[in-house]
Amino acid sequence: MFSDFSTAELMAIFAMQGFAGLILFAVFILMALGLAIIFGQMGVINMAHGEFMILGAYVTYLTSTLFSTHAPDLFGAYFFFAIVFAFFAAALLGALVEWSMIRFLYHRPLDTLLATWGLSLILQQAYRSIFGAREVGVVIPDWLMGSYQLTDMIEVPINGIFVMCLALAATVFVITLMYRSRWGMQVRAVVQNRQMAGAVGINSAKVDRMTFALGCGIAGVAGSAFTMIGSTGPSSGQLYIVDTFLVVVFGGAGSLLGTVASAFSISQSQSILEFFMGGSMAKVLTLLIVVMILMFRPQGLFSLKVRR
Amino acid sequence: MMPFNHMKDYLTRQEALSFAVLALVLLVLLPLSLDVMRLNQVGKYLSFAFVAVGLVLCWGYGGILSLGQGIFYGLGGYAMAMYLKLEASSPQNTLIQTTPGIPDFMDWNRITELPWFWEPFYSLTFAIIAIVVLPSIVAYLIGVAMFKRRVGGVYFAIITQSIAAILTILIIGQQGLTGGINGITDLRTLKGWDIHTDVANYVFYFLCVFLLFVCLLIAQFIKKSKTGRILIAMRGQEDRVRFSGYDIANFKTFVFVVGAAFSGIGGAMFTLQEGFMSPSFVGVVPSIEMVIFCAVGGRLSLVGAVYGALLVNIAKTTFGETFPELWLFAMGLIFIGIVLGLPNGLAGVYSTWLAPKVDEMLNRLLGHEKQNQEIYTSIPIVKQGVVS
Repeated sequence: MFSDFSTAELMAIFAMQGFAGLILFAVFILMALGLAIIFGQMGVINMAHGEFMILGAYVTYLTSTLFSTHAPDLFGAYFFFAIVFAFFAAALLGALVEWSMIRFLYHRPLDTLLATWGLSLILQQAYRSIFGAREVGVVIPDWLMGSYQLTDMIEVPINGIFVMCLALAATVFVITLMYRSRWGMQVRAVVQNRQMAGAVGINSAKVDRMTFALGCGIAGVAGSAFTMIGSTGPSSGQLYIVDTFLVVVFGGAGSLLGTVASAFSISQSQSILEFFMGGSMAKVLTLLIVVMILMFRPQGLFSLKVRR
Repeated sequence: MMPFNHMKDYLTRQEALSFAVLALVLLVLLPLSLDVMRLNQVGKYLSFAFVAVGLVLCWGYGGILSLGQGIFYGLGGYAMAMYLKLEASSPQNTLIQTTPGIPDFMDWNRITELPWFWEPFYSLTFAIIAIVVLPSIVAYLIGVAMFKRRVGGVYFAIITQSIAAILTILIIGQQGLTGGINGITDLRTLKGWDIHTDVANYVFYFLCVFLLFVCLLIAQFIKKSKTGRILIAMRGQEDRVRFSGYDIANFKTFVFVVGAAFSGIGGAMFTLQEGFMSPSFVGVVPSIEMVIFCAVGGRLSLVGAVYGALLVNIAKTTFGETFPELWLFAMGLIFIGIVLGLPNGLAGVYSTWLAPKVDEMLNRLLGHEKQNQEIYTSIPIVKQGVVS
């Protein structure tokens, strides 16, 4: 399949597709970071994660309409407010869900899956009732429009670069939080041994709630980023949930670095293969390879050793 | 070589009663009270009951949650549909096509020759064998690959879910070979016999009920045999069973294959009764819905699973038609409520509240006092160990 192209063309294709893949990588990483915290650290399968992301997207949409009607001068900066709002809206809902539902199910991980699936149905219908079934899009501020011409064959969209920076910043933030803060230490202690963590005075119920809320909050930020590259509908989130779970499992649950690596490899292979064999086959092949690798290496790329 | 000494080792009185009531409902009550169209709908719902019964074995007894039962349902359904489609696209029927004798969607996609994997489906015998064997082989491969490496629990659920997603994308993407998102439609006859007449609908309904009871009895046999005991032990304390010298992976693979074969039959019955098969019964969402049928009915009750499939589907159609908005809220709340409040589903409600009364009544009716005490409460769900 490579023989039809000259070397220079191939390089340009790889660069362009690779860059398009980076945007996918950004969405994957933001979605997967939240999920890696919730699933990897807590063992809860959150099937409603996509709906938390869409909540963030709708909050971004609301913020953008709010700014364009009431403060058109500040419209260029609305996105930064939207990220903060999206984070807190999703985190708040996450904390509520943890309090009302998840905390009763920690010893039954498979059941969290069913309960959160029910939650995702409710949320989807709620979005449909509130925002309507039609997809909404945000107006992207001027400074994020356009693209940057790298060479005459390669050009790079600016909103892509922005979304990527956002994803990287979020990753650095989460990794710092988990490995360099006191709170992160408590979370890791609870993951490794809940009883012992409780015995040394960590309030594990509170840590659980905060962890779940943080994971959902990051999904909200993912939703903000998502509005840059796609339009938001009530069930848009569902399209990403399977990929995101695979990203987390492939990276090795409990390893944030593994999540980054697997999000990168999955998004890149998908994007580059897409050029040569079309979208659906590229996705099939990528997912198939991942599933195959997981069958031979079930613990994922990087695995955290946990004493059971 | 009878594995059971007494009939009651195979079927306790309560279980016999529940099977009898189910038979009464499905064979007498529903056919007499519903018109042909409604009965055909019930038949379609029952095709999901096959999957739910398989899930009782896999999930309720074996503790293996598969989110990919749609794969097997789809394989069975597509095997049946491919046979029917080939019959419907005989050269006489498809004279107007550029290439007569191939399915219409292939012609639309400019395919001029029947793909190799369609060829064997000219034979009905092959198709019937494929309905059971194809899902079994796929389940066996997945099972061996996963269980031998001690992958279980949450990981197994996610990987089966991914495979269901892959299969759906593949079917939708390869429109020329599979019919794409519309699926395989416009199926007409089975061996020259119109499948859309009222008579055909009745025949398929009773065939469906008959096969469902065959599956139920096989499942009951497995549940009461030594394998069933080991499955329960495994679900509770996998390591102890392993240390006792049993090969866990084989038992898990076995029960997963049985569940897959049941699902395949269900899929084929769906195709026969609905007259088409499409990827919308294969993917992630339908697969989770199948788990929910099982959860609502009660993950430990075979008969409960059938009621679960029926009730959820009936509710979905009736409420879904009248209050489409409220229905999704209601459905979501039902799932959450069942998982939080009734982990043993409707069957759990029956066995705690009604079963003792029914038993007392039976004793009085049959005129014997407190004979063979039965254990009403189903086996409590043991904590499923957190997998690392």
